[in-house]
Amino acid sequence: MKRPVRWHIAVFLAPAVLIYTAIMIVPLFGTLNLSLFNTGPDGVEFVGLANFATLFGDPRWADAFWNALGNNVWFFIVHMLVQNPIGIALAAILSSPRLRMAAFYRTAIFIPTILSFVIVGFVWKLILSPIWGIAPGLLDLVGLKSLFAPWLGREEYALTTLALISVWQFVGIPMMLIYAALLSIPDEVLEAAEMDGITGMSAFWKIKLPLILPSIGIISILTFVGNFNAFDLIYVAQGALAGPDFSTDILGTFLYRTFFGFQLQLGDPYMGSAIAGAMFGIILLGVCVYLFGIQTRLRRYQF
Amino acid sequence: MRKTYLTALLTSTLLAGPALAQTTLTIESWRNDDLTIWQDTIIPAFNAQHPDINVVFAPSAPAEYNAALNSKLAAGSAGDLITCRPFDASLELFNQGHLADLTGLASMANFSDVAKSAWQTDDGSATFCVPMASVIHGFIYNADAFAELGIAVPTTNDEFYAALDKIKADGTYIPMAMGTNDQWEAATMGYNNIGPTYWKGEEGRKALIAGEQKLTDPQWVAPFEQLARWKDYLGDGFEAQTYPDSQNLFTLGRAAIYPAGSWEISGFNAQATFKMGAFPPPVQAAGDTCYISDHTDIAIGMNAKSPNAEAAKVFLEWVGSPEFATLYANALPGFFSLNSTPVEMQDPLAQEFVSWRAKCQPTIRSTYQILSRGTPNLENETWNASANVIRGSETPADAAKRLQDGLASWYEPQKQ
Amino acid sequence: MAQARISWGRTIAAHAILITWTVIALFPVFVTVVNSFKSRRAIFADPLALPWPEHFDLVGYTTVLKQGDFFGYFQNSMIVTVVSLFLVLLFGAMAAFALSEYRFRGDMLMGLYLALGIMIPIRLGTVAILEIMVAGGLVNTLTALILVYTAQGLPLAVFILSEFMKTVSDDLKNAGRIDGLSEYAIFFTLVLPLVRPAMATVAVFTMIPIWNDLWFPLILAPAEEVKTITLGSQVFIGQFVTNWNAVLAALSLAILPVLVLYLIFSRQLIRGITAGAVK
Repeated sequence: MKRPVRWHIAVFLAPAVLIYTAIMIVPLFGTLNLSLFNTGPDGVEFVGLANFATLFGDPRWADAFWNALGNNVWFFIVHMLVQNPIGIALAAILSSPRLRMAAFYRTAIFIPTILSFVIVGFVWKLILSPIWGIAPGLLDLVGLKSLFAPWLGREEYALTTLALISVWQFVGIPMMLIYAALLSIPDEVLEAAEMDGITGMSAFWKIKLPLILPSIGIISILTFVGNFNAFDLIYVAQGALAGPDFSTDILGTFLYRTFFGFQLQLGDPYMGSAIAGAMFGIILLGVCVYLFGIQTRLRRYQF
Repeated sequence: MRKTYLTALLTSTLLAGPALAQTTLTIESWRNDDLTIWQDTIIPAFNAQHPDINVVFAPSAPAEYNAALNSKLAAGSAGDLITCRPFDASLELFNQGHLADLTGLASMANFSDVAKSAWQTDDGSATFCVPMASVIHGFIYNADAFAELGIAVPTTNDEFYAALDKIKADGTYIPMAMGTNDQWEAATMGYNNIGPTYWKGEEGRKALIAGEQKLTDPQWVAPFEQLARWKDYLGDGFEAQTYPDSQNLFTLGRAAIYPAGSWEISGFNAQATFKMGAFPPPVQAAGDTCYISDHTDIAIGMNAKSPNAEAAKVFLEWVGSPEFATLYANALPGFFSLNSTPVEMQDPLAQEFVSWRAKCQPTIRSTYQILSRGTPNLENETWNASANVIRGSETPADAAKRLQDGLASWYEPQKQ
Repeated sequence: MAQARISWGRTIAAHAILITWTVIALFPVFVTVVNSFKSRRAIFADPLALPWPEHFDLVGYTTVLKQGDFFGYFQNSMIVTVVSLFLVLLFGAMAAFALSEYRFRGDMLMGLYLALGIMIPIRLGTVAILEIMVAGGLVNTLTALILVYTAQGLPLAVFILSEFMKTVSDDLKNAGRIDGLSEYAIFFTLVLPLVRPAMATVAVFTMIPIWNDLWFPLILAPAEEVKTITLGSQVFIGQFVTNWNAVLAALSLAILPVLVLYLIFSRQLIRGITAGAVK
């Protein structure tokens, strides 16, 4: 027995797949394809994986690449340890019933997320500037002026400072997603739990948290993808050379410099594509681990 | 609601859609600071002679200019006239066939070989951009502060540090306004400002290109040693101080000396409320020859695929004329004409800068010609090393060795 | 009694935490807006002072407003954002429904394929995208931007929406099928209303990068008539790099429209969330 062709599936998929393939996938893979070529004595020639060998093997490239990758991992860790727990905590507090002014808080906390990187970079540099005195002045008010340092200019602090600025900006995203997930838990479930004497914190840990685990999975993978594609904040705050002494260089800034060039450095689409290919591989690996390893094991509840 | 948007969308699409009128020239530029000057002064002056050619000045932000321009040229949507960065960035565009050969332009005769060198092939056989201006490095100082503290304008290195010490001891002013956050200040206004005095300008620069000198030679390490001394005279937290921070510190009267490029002049004139002066990089001993960086910085070329090549050439001939030189140099004091015809300038600070051409030996920035062609990129490395040396996280000798090793790793004449 | 005191204490703690974070979130915005109304000297002399009469100064705003057609820029941004958003939500929800509802050969692969786009920055495809637009005569049109943003927004929309659509009850959909509803009717009348909270969330996430994007307006539509507000304010930032009151004024003006847009969506979002929660 042959099942009829389910045309509606094609109809549902067609518009998205067509636009996405034509405007995004074809151009992007055209670019990634360049990573297999390079300029030789007779013009552009196919070099196989030689660009990747250079990227990972030649110390002139490899040092910069591993430095950027290491910084990127730290950038991601800070987001996972600071941004997502804060986002979940805020969402949990906001979703508690009968909380007054919840709409105001939710809007206010989300505002940094809607700002452009230009604004975020500019205003935080102004606040943290040792010269114009906002941060030193504020620390002075609470008697902690001695703690102040020109954080963005010090190798040991700059990356963490920028990661925290990024956390400040994007904490609204996990907050919103978790908030939506928490609100969609039916009241009956919570009431039933209350009957059994599970309320407050234990209700959160025992009932709500398991129910929002799929959403936490989504925010984790979105954080991962977002962090390994990050570029703008570092670029706006520290420039394409990601100072001091490349301590804030992440894969996105390394890629931009190489692919598009910078100052006297000419753009190199071939090595640039190789870096993009490596980034793509890292992110694809992470997403596959999530899709096939984690997502399929999460229990989902239909209400 | 949606219908309104769709109508608006259609209208705007139709308005923007049709090809522009045939005689409209679009100029690609990174000088968005100059937008009003082009709109109000330069283009009207051109239209007075050529009313049939429309000119649109379409700048983008300096940091994105190269990336945006290269993408537009590759896809064929770039403007007719292209503002040219000096040396390799433009040479590469010429080699790829994006910039037209302008060697035959009549007004090219108005420029010396040195002026044209930044926009020629290595053998000098083809010139592809009409030179517009150069910028000169030196130090701008707060003349009121100098008078108040009884400091004479320093000419030698010892006098320079004595002045800095005196300002520091007094405590009213930060001795020098410079930060390392953006790195390029350290390299451009620091290293390439004072460096030519030590490596003797063109002599050292050419010897480096020829492989006869190394970046680890004393004359190339000395500028780093000077920069390392600057640390004590910069403001608190200079590590996180950005370029605009430095400009503001100086123009608000909180710092006494500003390591400068002449392009700052018009901005500083508009913002500083005190009297300013300028002095060239100090020499090591009284009576030594002084050297200045008189850097060929900006030129204009033609998109080889421009459909309006004839009109574009008319415009370029005009850019090469003495009339344009006078107009540009006075509208933008601090961008000095490269035209062989002498230009009268009104601005006293600009006159001070340009007067150094008479007594000092000029050169261009050491890293710009040929030496930044490979990986690692010498210019980028110099930014990084200069900032490191000022912050004290790398010694001058280590920095010089790292630059030399990097250069020698790809540049044949330096491989030994 | 003890119960009431605990919940009272908990309410205070909740407000204390929320207020603290609200202050942290709004402080930089406050600094930007307050200083945009002050003279340059006052900004640096005391950046935290309110713009009292002695240093109240509108010079930043007058400089910015006489330089460009801010209303025109705003309108362009609005058209691009709203049209792209509509297309992303419609096409994204349709694709997400197909992926989450039906099992078909290669469904897993299709899901992965549609997710590829969130793994590579679309900026890398710039030259090829620009070539497509040049070939289609779309350079310097808002259509070019809308196409790019629609393509760019789809992967994330599909990714998030398909996750949410999996939580929609099968019984409901099967009941619809038994009633003789077509698959299209099930999608539009049963499923879409139920995932409104997720749709609103995706709308906000999609809107922000579109509104704030600088790169594609610069490359695809730099002409004066089609400039977006972000590109328009960037010109000021390059132009008055040391004229901080103009920079701050331009930044404040750029915050305002996106804030209004967000407030509109966020009302929809809350309405959507509550509607979804009641069921």
